[in-house]
Amino acid sequence: MTDSKYFTTTKKGEIFELKAELNSDKKEKKKEAVKKVIASMTVGKDVSALFPDVVNCMQTDNLELKKLVYLYLMNYAKSQPDMAIMAVNTFVKDCEDPNPLIRALAVRTMGCIRVDKITEYLCEPLRKCLKDEDPYVRKTAAVCVAKLHDINAQLVEDQGFLDTLKDLISDSNPMVVANAVAALSEIAESHPNSNLLDLNPQTINKLLTALNECTEWGQIFILDCLANYTPRDDRESQSICERVTPRLSHANSAVVLSAVKVLMKFMEMLPKDLDYYGTLLKKLAPPLVTLLSAEPELQYVALRNINLIVQKRPEILKHEMKVFFVKYNDPIYVKLEKLDIMIRLASQANIAQVLAELKEYATEVDVDFVRKAVRAIGRCAIKVEQSAERCVSTLLDLIQTKVNYVVQEAIVVIKDIFRKYPNKYESVIATLCENLDSLDEPEARAAMIWIVGEYAERIDNADELLESFLEGFHDESTQVQLQLLTAIVKLFLKKPTETQELVQQVLSLATQDSDNPDLRDRGYIYWRLLSTDPVAAKEVVLAEKPLISEETDLIEPTLLEELICHIGTLASVYHKPPSAFVEGSRGVQHRRLPPRAGSGESAESSDVGQSGPSEAPSAVIPSQGDLLGDLLNLDLAPPTATVPSVQPSMQMGAMDLLGGGLDSLLGGDIGGSPSMGASLGAAPAAMPAALGGAPAVGGGLGDLFDLGGGVGMPTGAYIAPKTLWLPAMKAKGLEISGTFARRGGIIQMDLSLTNKAMSVMTDFAIQFNRNSFGMAPAGPLQVLTPLSPNQTIDVSLPLSTSGPVMKMEPLNNLQVAVKNNIDVFYFSCQYPISLLFVEDGKMERQVFLATWKDIPNDNEAQFQIKDIHLNSDAASNKLQGSNIFTIAKRTVEGQDMLYLSIKLTNGIWVLAEMRVQTGSPIYTLSIKCRAPEVNQFVCQCYELVLKN
Amino acid sequence: MIGGLFIYNHKGEVLISRVYRDDIGRNAVDAFRVNVIHARQQVRSPVTNIARTSFFHVKRSNIWLAAVTKQNVNAAMVFEFLYKMCDVMTAYFGKISEENIKNNFVLIYELLDEILDFGYPQNSETGALKTFITQQGIKGQARRVCDLPKLSLVVHYCPQTKEEQSQITSQVTGQIGWRREGIKYRRNELFLDVLESVNLLMSPQGQVLSAHVSGRVVMKSYLSGMPECKFGMNDKIVIDKQGKGGTTDDPGKSGKQSIAIDDCTFHQCVRLSKFDSERSISFIPPDGEYELMRYRTTKDIILPFRVIPLVREVGRTKLEVKVVIKSNFKPSLLAQKIEVRIPTPLNTSGVQVICMKGKAKYKASENAIVWKIKRMAGMKESQISAEIELLPTNDKKKWARPPISMNFEVPFAPSGLKVRYLKVFESKLNYSDHDVIKWVRYIGRSGIYETRC
Repeated sequence: MTDSKYFTTTKKGEIFELKAELNSDKKEKKKEAVKKVIASMTVGKDVSALFPDVVNCMQTDNLELKKLVYLYLMNYAKSQPDMAIMAVNTFVKDCEDPNPLIRALAVRTMGCIRVDKITEYLCEPLRKCLKDEDPYVRKTAAVCVAKLHDINAQLVEDQGFLDTLKDLISDSNPMVVANAVAALSEIAESHPNSNLLDLNPQTINKLLTALNECTEWGQIFILDCLANYTPRDDRESQSICERVTPRLSHANSAVVLSAVKVLMKFMEMLPKDLDYYGTLLKKLAPPLVTLLSAEPELQYVALRNINLIVQKRPEILKHEMKVFFVKYNDPIYVKLEKLDIMIRLASQANIAQVLAELKEYATEVDVDFVRKAVRAIGRCAIKVEQSAERCVSTLLDLIQTKVNYVVQEAIVVIKDIFRKYPNKYESVIATLCENLDSLDEPEARAAMIWIVGEYAERIDNADELLESFLEGFHDESTQVQLQLLTAIVKLFLKKPTETQELVQQVLSLATQDSDNPDLRDRGYIYWRLLSTDPVAAKEVVLAEKPLISEETDLIEPTLLEELICHIGTLASVYHKPPSAFVEGSRGVQHRRLPPRAGSGESAESSDVGQSGPSEAPSAVIPSQGDLLGDLLNLDLAPPTATVPSVQPSMQMGAMDLLGGGLDSLLGGDIGGSPSMGASLGAAPAAMPAALGGAPAVGGGLGDLFDLGGGVGMPTGAYIAPKTLWLPAMKAKGLEISGTFARRGGIIQMDLSLTNKAMSVMTDFAIQFNRNSFGMAPAGPLQVLTPLSPNQTIDVSLPLSTSGPVMKMEPLNNLQVAVKNNIDVFYFSCQYPISLLFVEDGKMERQVFLATWKDIPNDNEAQFQIKDIHLNSDAASNKLQGSNIFTIAKRTVEGQDMLYLSIKLTNGIWVLAEMRVQTGSPIYTLSIKCRAPEVNQFVCQCYELVLKN
Repeated sequence: MIGGLFIYNHKGEVLISRVYRDDIGRNAVDAFRVNVIHARQQVRSPVTNIARTSFFHVKRSNIWLAAVTKQNVNAAMVFEFLYKMCDVMTAYFGKISEENIKNNFVLIYELLDEILDFGYPQNSETGALKTFITQQGIKGQARRVCDLPKLSLVVHYCPQTKEEQSQITSQVTGQIGWRREGIKYRRNELFLDVLESVNLLMSPQGQVLSAHVSGRVVMKSYLSGMPECKFGMNDKIVIDKQGKGGTTDDPGKSGKQSIAIDDCTFHQCVRLSKFDSERSISFIPPDGEYELMRYRTTKDIILPFRVIPLVREVGRTKLEVKVVIKSNFKPSLLAQKIEVRIPTPLNTSGVQVICMKGKAKYKASENAIVWKIKRMAGMKESQISAEIELLPTNDKKKWARPPISMNFEVPFAPSGLKVRYLKVFESKLNYSDHDVIKWVRYIGRSGIYETRC
């Protein structure tokens, strides 16, 4: 019989049977039983009930059985700590065994039993084993220190194991050195500031000696550790590099990659004019290419790393384009990565070859791959100017294939090519228009609409084309809607005579029928621009756009530097810093490349050429917080926003939407048709009505431009701690938490924006949906610097209450839209109604009395607030801090009666009577208000204020 | 470091589960099954991050091996380790299959305990492991009934003598972890195989788009003691150096015959620093079979075959294909196992083939015409022509025209690599280099050998 039989026992009463077998006298039967137990454990059955019986089998001279019992112990000791003590004796005894294999086994297993009581007993045997005469035992003990540290760090420090471990770095046996280095590196990672791995030239020398002698795995530990060292000068750096380069010929890819990491890092310190620098650069290419003949999984890891290396030092692999050509049988993940690197390496010298390859790929089967290949053709066109023409004709060929997703992808990239080379390839527009009907993806539709709008004057039936999109306006995605709005406005500005109806239609669709704040606001802006000053509108909407930059997906330089320090690791595979995916303190340290020695740097960065990271800043970066710019932005990547800014001087209240300006735009040929002007005016006139009952009609747009921001002033009012409003998961890495406060009469929304994504976030803007009390931002969101990965920024947004009003459910619900360069995100939060309590909320006594009587009794609500340990005066003081004013107080039969008044921002008064029974923690609150809906929320505020 | 290691069968049932770190819970086992094994779509990455836990996986036939971690581990090392683990398991019990894993689960746990400590890979050389993990693997079907009782009882862990024990530990931890002392052979013998795979991508017009040879030198050594070996080949750098010294008898000849090696990697027994400084390959070999080196060349490759395709579309329902292959090596040599694979469109309804040599067949299930020739001498040519009938379709997508691929085996090294010498020195035992029987063999195989049409 073979061991597989143990996997098949599933009958009832199994545990009892096993128990009997475990206690059998026959050794063989015992072992069989333990095997069955282990098999059950593997498949996830709970066999912890057998703990004492299994442990009883531990005392044996049969090593196989012993190992099985140890395996069981490691799994279940934690759940049965008291029983686990039974095993201690055997462990301690085994640590003294004459056979080094048994000593090592005991110390290895003991470290895996994570029970506090056992760790105490572990110390003495471990101390002995660290000094054992046999290297096998020492190398096992070295790792055991790391295990113990994971369970009880303090104990390890107190017992002085760390010093012993440091001594092992000088051990005569290379494998002991390697394991000690591994253990120390791990321990040091959880103590970022300790000087544990005190690397100095002497220890480095020892490590380099051990490097030549230890196993492949040991070499990896040592190289990874070396990468953390910063040499004192370029000479030391060079000598380390010289001793590390032979590792590039190792058969183990991980050794090679770790060596590459050390070299890439230390190379930073070498002066560029040094001969050795050039030699080293040449030596790096062949091993990197060789990695591509490894198994596919390793190829993937290598390619992800090469992607980083190519961004940092494009010169290393610039002649190796061919090895990145995709093979028919490569797994898809290898294909996609190769494609990425091909584009990075594309240059004038090799573009013909690259294009021929890309064209081949565009006919493959995998949809993602094909799309990426088509996109790559577009990127080549933008990157290598000389190739643009060839790229465009290749793309046209692909459009002729009529394969739906190829066509769509091609149109998206052609739009980018138009942006890069305006007025050059517009002859292809006709071909593009033929494919209008087959576009069903938002990005492609948006791109096509952009093209139609941008070149409206050259497309005879542009209005028909755009009109056809307008039919299903509400079913389109936001991206398409925004683009359509802009395109039709462009069309109108270019051909005003025939398209008034169309523009009216789209403006009313955008402003009246849409729930999307972005769309509505863009609609309003166009509307007002067109109605106030069409000439300005023309200048704004048809402004010359800046050219797009060539590299759009470079990793941000500081992140790139950090990732270079993590070559070979998961961070380099994910292209994310370790802190983005590792929990706790481990790996949170940011690694940096050493500062470059000598003055070669500036010369180098210009040498690096087109794709060098130093070029990155030349990309068009929109000015921060330019909300207006953003709204007019075309939503096409990369963002462009240097549109001449429009002074927000107009007042919404002025209903003169038919300003004379329009005439100047329409010129003489429309002079005699007043009907057009009238109809254009009709829709906006209806708009304020739609805003319905807002106290300050007309503030809606004005608020957007109200720049009165400011820093909050402290007051005594209670501010709730920040809560998470928008988890990073839902917002592509943007996390928002926040709270509300009223400071010095100004309502403020305090926000913490955290960037949990990999890339930098910019262009923040915020908008609110209509809400019950007309809250609206009183200024733009002041995020002045780009938010880099893992950075958190705190902002205070002043709010006004003069925005449009709409009753929300619940009443204090606020729907917010936050926008950044990545996308628009929506969330809702609830504000404490106490925000709205104004400072002049103290009512005259007489008025109070009259009003109290005046409000019907039906509107009165009673609440009880429990667990308040304040006397009435203290309570009164506290409430005053939040603008709840005590009008009068009277004492009746040991009860204090407080009469309180509150005024809300919209002028509603809330009156209250609070009964406080001396000595009782329960307050009784009667609230009366003309708008009884607020009662419940007011009561909550009382409770909040009193309890905090 | 590696937090846990799981082995699953194709259904996602756990066969082996070994957790090394406390941060990996039992739910990690299920997370991988649900998100990767049971996921409908094709694997998009060998590294998957699920709820802040990273899973590395490789597949061997229908067995999934997954390493799990929550830290920023060395990803290349994890994959290298997984491959190594497969090698070790194969060395113990043969093919990695569900049956073999279930049969040997106790052995696997013992191995995992030894080669991975707290997630740190330890010595995983099979030669060394076999000295102290002596359970014998149970191999596939071919078991005889009489073996059974013995197999389940195997405990060869006979208490060794003290010397033996310390010899084991010093080998496992020592500088020469791949070889044990005291090996003795009556006949000292070694076999060198130069195995090359030649890769080609050619345009329809016969232009070489990319070509490279990836080669391996595999050595089987049956040598006594701790022999010191030195391996020499016609490496251009070495020959040029010697040429300058004026020691070569025929400089013109050697210059021509040397080859430029783009890059090479070596088994861990080779002294890398010595290679780096002197470019000499010296080592103490492991016992038995192992891979001494891998190399890659791209210059002056002998392409054993050239494929000349001609595809003509006759109307919408017919294709005419003509393919000529030419052999390009010494007429005295014979290529074997030649196979040409000509892809056909998906809407093929019928194929007529005529070939001068070998056998050709249309395989509908593989969408290809497969043309096989048993042997072909050098400097010859052969031709196949086929008429492919197509069903009319309204599928707008054009046929992708996958490349024509070729397989073959030739008795020479397409890179031009030649073994010049392999010297064996063993000072302590009384045998010299001359007493060692040496065999050298060259085999060139097709890698990805494709011609676009």
